[in-house]
Amino acid sequence: MELLTVTINGRRLQVPAGTNILQAAEAHGIHIPTLCYEEGLTATGACRLCVVEIKGARKLAAACTTPVAEGMEIYTESERVVAARREVLRLLLANHDLRCLTCERNGDCRLQDYCYRYKVEDTPYEGVLREYPIDSDNPFFIRDYSKCIRCGKCVLICAEVNGAHVYDFMERGIDTKVTSAYDDNLQETTCTACGMCVNVCPVGALVEKSTLWEGRAWEIEKVTTTCPYCGVGCQLKLKVKDGRIIGVAADKSGSNRGHLCAKGQFGWDFVHSPDRLTRPLVRKNGRLVETSWEEALALTAARFRAILHRYGGKAIAGLSSAKATNEENYLFQKFMRAVLKTNNVDHCARLCHSSTVAGLATAFGSGAMTGSLDDLLAAEVIFLIGANTTEAHPVTGYRIKQAVRRGTKLIVADPRRIELVKYADVWLRHRPGTDIALLNGLAHVILQENLWDKEFVATHSEGFDEWRRVVEKYPPERVAQICEVEADTIVRAARLFGRARRGCIVYAMGITQHRSGTQNVMAVANLAILTGNVGREGTGVFPLRGQNNVQGACDMGALPNYYPSYLPVEDADVRRRFREFWGTELPAEPGLTVTEMMTAAAAGKIKAMYILGENPVLSDPDAAHVEKALKNLEFLVVQDIFLTETARLADVVFPAASFAEKDGTFTNTERRIQRVRKAVLPPGEAKADWEIIVALAREMGYPWKYPRGPEEIMTEIARCTPLYGGINYSRLEEGGIQWPCPTPDHPGTPRLHAEGFSRGKGKFHPVEHIPAAEEPDRNYPLILTTGRNLYQFHTGTMSRRSRLHQLRPHELMMIHPQDAAARGIKDGDTVAVASRRGEVVTRVQVTDDVPPGTVFMTFHYPEVPTNVLTNPATDPVCKIPELKVTAVQVSKAP
Amino acid sequence: MEKKVFIADLIAKYRAKRGGLIPLLQEVQERIGYLPRWALEEVAQGLDLSLAKVVGVATFYSFFRLKPKGRNIIRICTGTACHVRGAEKVMAAVKEELEIGPGETTADGEFSVETVACIGACGLAPLMTINDEVYGRLTREEVVRILRELEAKEEVKV
Repeated sequence: MELLTVTINGRRLQVPAGTNILQAAEAHGIHIPTLCYEEGLTATGACRLCVVEIKGARKLAAACTTPVAEGMEIYTESERVVAARREVLRLLLANHDLRCLTCERNGDCRLQDYCYRYKVEDTPYEGVLREYPIDSDNPFFIRDYSKCIRCGKCVLICAEVNGAHVYDFMERGIDTKVTSAYDDNLQETTCTACGMCVNVCPVGALVEKSTLWEGRAWEIEKVTTTCPYCGVGCQLKLKVKDGRIIGVAADKSGSNRGHLCAKGQFGWDFVHSPDRLTRPLVRKNGRLVETSWEEALALTAARFRAILHRYGGKAIAGLSSAKATNEENYLFQKFMRAVLKTNNVDHCARLCHSSTVAGLATAFGSGAMTGSLDDLLAAEVIFLIGANTTEAHPVTGYRIKQAVRRGTKLIVADPRRIELVKYADVWLRHRPGTDIALLNGLAHVILQENLWDKEFVATHSEGFDEWRRVVEKYPPERVAQICEVEADTIVRAARLFGRARRGCIVYAMGITQHRSGTQNVMAVANLAILTGNVGREGTGVFPLRGQNNVQGACDMGALPNYYPSYLPVEDADVRRRFREFWGTELPAEPGLTVTEMMTAAAAGKIKAMYILGENPVLSDPDAAHVEKALKNLEFLVVQDIFLTETARLADVVFPAASFAEKDGTFTNTERRIQRVRKAVLPPGEAKADWEIIVALAREMGYPWKYPRGPEEIMTEIARCTPLYGGINYSRLEEGGIQWPCPTPDHPGTPRLHAEGFSRGKGKFHPVEHIPAAEEPDRNYPLILTTGRNLYQFHTGTMSRRSRLHQLRPHELMMIHPQDAAARGIKDGDTVAVASRRGEVVTRVQVTDDVPPGTVFMTFHYPEVPTNVLTNPATDPVCKIPELKVTAVQVSKAP
Repeated sequence: MEKKVFIADLIAKYRAKRGGLIPLLQEVQERIGYLPRWALEEVAQGLDLSLAKVVGVATFYSFFRLKPKGRNIIRICTGTACHVRGAEKVMAAVKEELEIGPGETTADGEFSVETVACIGACGLAPLMTINDEVYGRLTREEVVRILRELEAKEEVKV
């Protein structure tokens, strides 16, 4: 990076070339006031408050739009500058609604701050004060344009980061107003309720409703923590007043750079839901009744002990939680292994990315995202397959859209017209369940046209020749038939990807949730190795993890075959090390997966289960079977923040603390370990999951003690988990760290495989197209594919107890107009959807966003339990169920 | 449906051009007489722009109209000479009579009022034009009389 020498206020400073004066000064602790500049957004120079004097220049220059130049002599607070700033402020005051006494931003307002700083008490100008009506029509924030200073930051963040572009400058001159087209209510616009406009507003024009009249700025405590929804791991600040959360502010310390989606910004209110569990429950005479912790713990320990004594550890199984912290996942698997003597421990990663862990680990040597999310911004081309990023991982969706706006090419492969199709250069609308054929087809063209990275393949890979022989069977014409995509389109996509020097492949459940899931992932890995797109800036394979801590739950060994750090249970040396570390005998045989546990429970082989923060009754395939399995248990313990559909079946229910009520860490999708901080107390007698597990272990006779809490648990984790060897809480105070981080002085690893693949060489795996387990036929002629929508999350346990729920209060199955017409179905109708396993009733949305022959549903709504329909057929390697392809029939409900 | 076809043609014409939005909006306005919401929605979608952007541009320039114009256009001159000789009174009289200000149209669609900087007939100040007719040396009473006469004529036509 080239450095220039400039003088600011008499200080000679080295600043990087290409930065503007405002950034350069800020980097040296010189704060130039601004109302309209926001890092990462276009500098417009609109507010004129950041003007500075440059020696030799006739006019004052806006610091935000003037790049630094060698030898520049800059004065940021000269008499002329201060006079100009005071003038700007006086002009703003002339048109500002000065009701500071009751303004929510009083004490946290940039206009106020700068008026104070420059001693501007009043204005000599007689302005025109517009009394605009306050818009409070949406559930989340108000718009009070009488307080707007027209800085335009809301316009920019909405257009440039979210891509919704709801706002713009309307009218002109003194009448200028920043608002939506025709002043429409936000629900009628492209608004996605991300609230980023509220967070960048420097004054009181946009204000969260939840903070209205709740307290003054200086009475509100802000606690930095990690969002509890998806795996992107956004950092945010909880606003806390009198022990309650009242809102969220942006935090720029994470890779989300202060950007949030509707869930992070407005989805926290489930924490204070009246539905929270506050006391332990035990089943007495068939009913769950409240009891004391002493009784609940004693009863649970006694039952576990009895079952362990009678049937052995093999008869017990546990589901850990991708929503719980690393510390809690670590303790849970330790409890299952060391106390209950079983490796039957697993969690929902089985249903989302177990195929990624299996596929990438064999191909590359590590099952995690290879790069950092920021690499997406440096890519020449992004290939997105089977990931509806803007709804399921919204902030990563913003990154992809930002990259495209800066010139990155985008290829989208998805049967549905997802939002990112609008941004795509090529859209491959392939038939569900034909990913391998498509990926092989792309590789075929890249080989044929000599667009592959020969040097990389020669030095960094093995298995090429054998793989090539398989891929040669996939010319575009054949692939076109299997995938129902034009051969030309396949060729175009292959050229676009093959010719780029830096390519990223992003995928999610569309790749993994198939009975060929592991092979799908291998096909992705093959393409990355072939094109040399691993280990460099702007390259990589990006599995997007679905839950806030699903990466961490895997890292912590909440898996039947791995201890923490993916150390194999089957390895006798590893087992001996953990036996010595934990000081107790450990079972040798790998345990059962989620799907196998349910089968074993139904067959009476599993007698007891301990389920922490999961809701398999709604989330797992063939839900009726799951419910039957759980009912067949002798003893079921569920630990959760709400009485979920699963908890209703339990014999004992422990009330747990939510993310906002405990300390710990989550690991995001880019392997970044980040702090979770206690902001408020748990309701009633609820306790953090780690406290409950420790109490239970002590009740079972194991003297576990962590008087310093999660921090001390992390110290223990670091000692037995090489990937986390250098992690401690004091380091995390300065921001998250990406694993592997083996030692306390290791900076963490933004990019895996940078010095060659973890396993030595990248391995090509020949993989062939396998049709889905259930192809449509005469009785079940449509393909059902499942996923998420933006405003709900998973089984809705959290999001349905939030204001978010109002935005999408019920299921809306998507069906193509042709399929709808053939069945006499109209938009908004109620239909019955049936598969070989069950039937649900839902409302429909008729749209060509789904292709003919395919319908789409989410699984957010307990009243429409979509997984009653889905197929438990699993991938033979990792046991992931085929949630993405189910044959169904649809008919108009009577 | 036909309306949409002509907009689609215009979009095809301007789509590839940088800065094509303004001339496109001008042509739309020429055809329809103003810029109705449905047309701006078509334009936004066709050019891959947000509706906010398109409406922002349309409301910025004074020659774009978002509302239909009345059948009679009243232009009140506010140039220097008219200003000195009482353009404000003319405006007040029009406002009182028709209950609309500059840039607005009566609910029945009969009249629109605009201001112009100078008509070049300063000797007749203060003045206004209605359609192509010039009315000079106006007083409040004159304005009321002219407008009432015109209103009566319009009613006869109907």
